[in-house]
Order: sequence, then structure tokens, then C-alpha cells
Amino acid sequence: MADLNVRIHNLLLKNPVMTASGTFGYGPEFEDFIDIGALGGIVVKGTTLEPRQGNSYPRMAETPAGMLNAVGLQNKGVDYFINSIYPLIQHYNTNIIVNVSGSLVEDYIKVCEKLSALKNIPAIELNISCPNVKEGGMAFGTSCAAAATVTKAVRNVWPKTLIVKLSPNVTNIAEIAKSVEDEGADAVSLINTLLGMAINIDTRKPLLSTVTGGLSGPAIKPVALRMVWQVAKAVKIPVVGMGGISNAKDAIEFLLAGASAIQVGTANFIDPAITISIIKGIEEYLDKNHFSSVYDIIGKLEC
Amino acid sequence: MKKSITDFTVLSNTRLSSTQFLLELSSDILLNDVLPGQFVNVKVEDSPQTFLRRPFSIHSVDAKRNVLFLLIKEMGIGSTKLASLQKGSNLNLILPLGNSFSFGNVKKAILIGGGCGVAPLLFLAKKLHEKDIHCDILLGGRSSDDIVEVEEYQKYGTTHITTEDGSLGEKGLVTKHSIFNSNKGWDMVYSCGPEPMMKSVAMYAKQNEIECEVSLENTMACGIGSCLCCVTDTIDGNICVCTEGPVFNIKRLKWQI
Ligand SMILES: Cc1cc2nc3c(=O)[nH]c(=O)nc-3n(C[C@H](O)[C@H](O)[C@H](O)COP(=O)(O)O)c2cc1C
Ligand code: FES
Repeated sequence: MADLNVRIHNLLLKNPVMTASGTFGYGPEFEDFIDIGALGGIVVKGTTLEPRQGNSYPRMAETPAGMLNAVGLQNKGVDYFINSIYPLIQHYNTNIIVNVSGSLVEDYIKVCEKLSALKNIPAIELNISCPNVKEGGMAFGTSCAAAATVTKAVRNVWPKTLIVKLSPNVTNIAEIAKSVEDEGADAVSLINTLLGMAINIDTRKPLLSTVTGGLSGPAIKPVALRMVWQVAKAVKIPVVGMGGISNAKDAIEFLLAGASAIQVGTANFIDPAITISIIKGIEEYLDKNHFSSVYDIIGKLEC
Repeated sequence: MKKSITDFTVLSNTRLSSTQFLLELSSDILLNDVLPGQFVNVKVEDSPQTFLRRPFSIHSVDAKRNVLFLLIKEMGIGSTKLASLQKGSNLNLILPLGNSFSFGNVKKAILIGGGCGVAPLLFLAKKLHEKDIHCDILLGGRSSDDIVEVEEYQKYGTTHITTEDGSLGEKGLVTKHSIFNSNKGWDMVYSCGPEPMMKSVAMYAKQNEIECEVSLENTMACGIGSCLCCVTDTIDGNICVCTEGPVFNIKRLKWQI
């Protein structure tokens, strides 16, 4: 049986499959369907300094092979996470990664400082790419200078593994990746959702309350794969790939393109047990092709 | 009851009106603990245009035969695809989802359904009947074509009908039915249907100081509380219809009534 272990900086994953932020709740939502401990890691919902109510309804629209969302980082804030959620999930036999979101550099810093006291949070994923909040988020992820500033500030207060999550809504994602690498990011993850929209022609109104929203699901997979490949070539730190991954074949494509681990997002909605089949499928692929470790395929695309 | 992802077999698919059909489904899992008001999230196979699952209220459960019924109205691509399901085909469900209607101290209830919103009310009427709670059932629709399974409802309560065009029962809107002319001593109003209808039902309940529970619909992606796409505005802020609902006491909603 092939070795599925991968390493993202100091983070050891028993397999390269994690869940994407905002699509897996905090974990308990999935306990009826899977053994959370079988996953390489889980990335919990975007967490901000203050509680956020998110955007108004409607927040979701189905699109061909995908969906648009405009949740807008609804969460009860970092203190609620620490006091009420962390105690329920800290025993999970997997890596719990907190997706840290914000609109001001000081907010990111404060959230990270608070989280650093939690023993069982070995890494954060810095979300500088949420397209659904007006005042920030993506603003940090769409210019090299801003991405560098927030990464540097967080690096100073967060000694454990720091993953920076990149926005695809940019002209050159590899440049942004390099600028966060230069400021001390231990890994990058990509992609967050692609900005999109949908219209109801009968009412002549947008389908989302916010007009535009984030596109996810199989529809974005080719774009995500291309970006992961470009970024993996540009940086030395590990890359975590995501965007439309719905089965083991998709996951293997991302690994071949250079991702050291992958995240599954929207596919969890259609099959809450999909992550387990993906892990099994990767293992079968490795065994069938006589690879002894998942590292035998990471970045091994032949062009 | 633990949630599961389960394959069901279609035992029958019966057309009830020009737009509504009834699916009878069976599987290995025990349905004894499914509650009225809960829903299932259905995977629509072989339909490239539908990507997400489709939520449907549980119309009824026959605990003895361990079968589940879904009453579906053809509205979009997903439901139209389901309308063509043949006996013996497979249907993948995530269930049971959501909370349920409450009937703790209820002595006499009225169930008010409009259009396809009546779906969860049959199961509720059945449960109330089992608990010897008397109920009036008021079914409303645009025309007689919308009113289905009247005999089923009659088994569990006194059934009344209204249609907007008068083709069956009284003519007019549900909330104008003559049943409301006198005080029937209800201590609970349950309602499910189009939002404007539920709002006028809620207004009646509020004015008459009767408890009222409504079952809401919303766009859903996951159905299990993980995406936060299905929120509704309540006195406790934005909360998920799929986990804290679909049934809400109107006191918790921020409806302008
Ligand atoms: C409903 C929803 C909520 C999301 N919330 C967050 C979030 O809070 N933070 C974040 O970094 N990404 C969030 N994302 C983006 C996903 O983590 C992921 O990057 C994106 O959906 C692409 O992967 P997928 O196609 O597998 O879903 C969200 C996506 C969806 C669909
Ligand atoms: S549909 Fe995903 S949280 Fe309700």
C-alpha cells in the first residue's frame, strides 16, 4: 500500500485530502457521514475578529456545473470559535486549520494572536481572497503590495504553519504567490472562488442579493488547475490546490500539476462522504501504477 | 435519527395532477424516527444542467411498510427529471434533514396548506391523528388541479378546500375561508405554502393569539448546515433554514405582520 503522507511545512497530513473553508462547517456537520479522523485536515469556516451576519438573502444560485455564493463570511467571530466551537472539535484526529478572514490588517493580527493560544490549531489559512465582502478580503489578495503587507504582519504574530489563500481574480497569480512567499508564507492555497454573476430574465434582477458572487464547483476546475500549475512552478513553498475537485481523478490532476495537497469544497454538498472516496481513489491509483508514495506523482506532470 | 446518504428504490411514480406527482420510495434504513416537517435532499441523476441536490419535504411515511412518499410539483429541470422516474429506478437521498413541527401541548390544530406547500402537512396530520389531536385541514390552490389526495387528508382530520377560481370548494384565498368566521378553539396553526399565504396565516394567528408554525423554503446547497447559503432573518440573526428550520415559530421570524 502506497504511503499517502504529505508535509506542508511543519504540518504532517496522513493523506493529501483536506476540506475547503466554508464548505465543511466546523466538522460536526459531517460526523454522521464520515470519520473526520480519516482526513488529512479540515479547514474551518472563515473566522473574523467580530461576529458577522453575512449578506442578505438570496445568497446562492446554481449554475452549469457549479454554483455562485454570496455568503459574505457569516460567522460568530473568533472568541465564539475559541469558547464554543474549539472545545467540540479539538479532539479530532486530524489537522484543524482555521481560515482567518478580515478587512483590516489589525484584525487579521488580533485573530491570529487569539488563535495562537490554541494547542490543536497547527496552522492557519490566511484568506486574502474572499470576493463577498465589500470592504476588504479580496482587496488584499489582488495586489502584490497588499498581499505582502498582510502576510508580513501575520507572520510576526503567527509562529506555526502559515498558509496564504490566493484569489484567482487577478491577472498574474504567480506574482502574488511569490510576494507572499517572500514575506514568509509557509505555503499557498488556491483557488478561492471566481467572481461571477447570474440574472433572472423574467424579473430582470440578479439572482444574488449582492449582484456578484463567488463561482465554485467543476465549472472552475480547468482554471484552478492552470493556476496551481503556474504557481507551483513559480514558488518553492508547497502549494495546496483546490477548485472543482469532485473525485479522485480531479485530485490526482492537481497533484500532478504540482499541488502537495488538495482541498475539496463544493463537492461536499452533493456527496458529504466524497472526501473518503477521493482518499481511496488516490490510494488505488498509486497502487495500480506501482508508486510507493504520493510524492511520486506530486509535480510529476510530463510536458 | 442519524443522517445518512441512502439509495432508495422507486416503488411507484403516480401522476396526481397536470403538474404534481407522488413518488413512493423504499430502502433498508428504518424510517420510524423520521418526523413531520423534515425533508430529504435528492440527487437528480443524468441531468447535466442540475448540479446541486434538490430539497423536498417528506410528504408521508408509512412506518409499517417502511416506505417514504414525496409529493413533487414540476417546476424546473430537476423536478421535471424526477417526474420521469420509472418504477424500479434508483434515487439517492440524504435524510432526514431539518427540525420538525412541534405538537407538545397541542389539543386542537388547524393545518393550512397552499399549492405544493401542502406536502409536509399529510405526515403532520397523520402524526396528530395518532396522538388523538383533533385537526382541521384547509387546502388551498389556484384551481382544482392544485388540490390532490383529499381522501388521504380526510382520514386524519376535517378537510376543507378553497380555490382561487372556485373550481373546487369555496372560492377565494385560503385565509378568507368561512371556517375562520367562528372561533373553532384552535391552539395551534401549522402552515406551509407560498410566502404571502403563510404571512396572512401568520397574521390571523397573531391577531387571535394562537401559536403558529410555518415551514419555510430557501435556496439550499448542502442541506446540512455547512454552507450557510439558506439563511433567513430571525430575531437571533441570520440562521440556517436547513438545520434550525425548515419549521419556525412565527415569533422567531422578522416578518412584518
Ligand atoms: C458556500 C461557500 C462558502 C465559502 N466560504 C469560504 C470562506 O469562508 N473562506 C474561504 O477562504 N473560502 C471560502 N469558500 C471558497 C472555498 O473554500 C474554495 O476555495 C472554492 O469553493 C473552490 O473550491 P471548490 O470548487 O472545490 O468548492 C467558500 C465557498 C463556498 C462554495
Ligand atoms: S443549505 Fe447549506 S447551510 Fe443550509
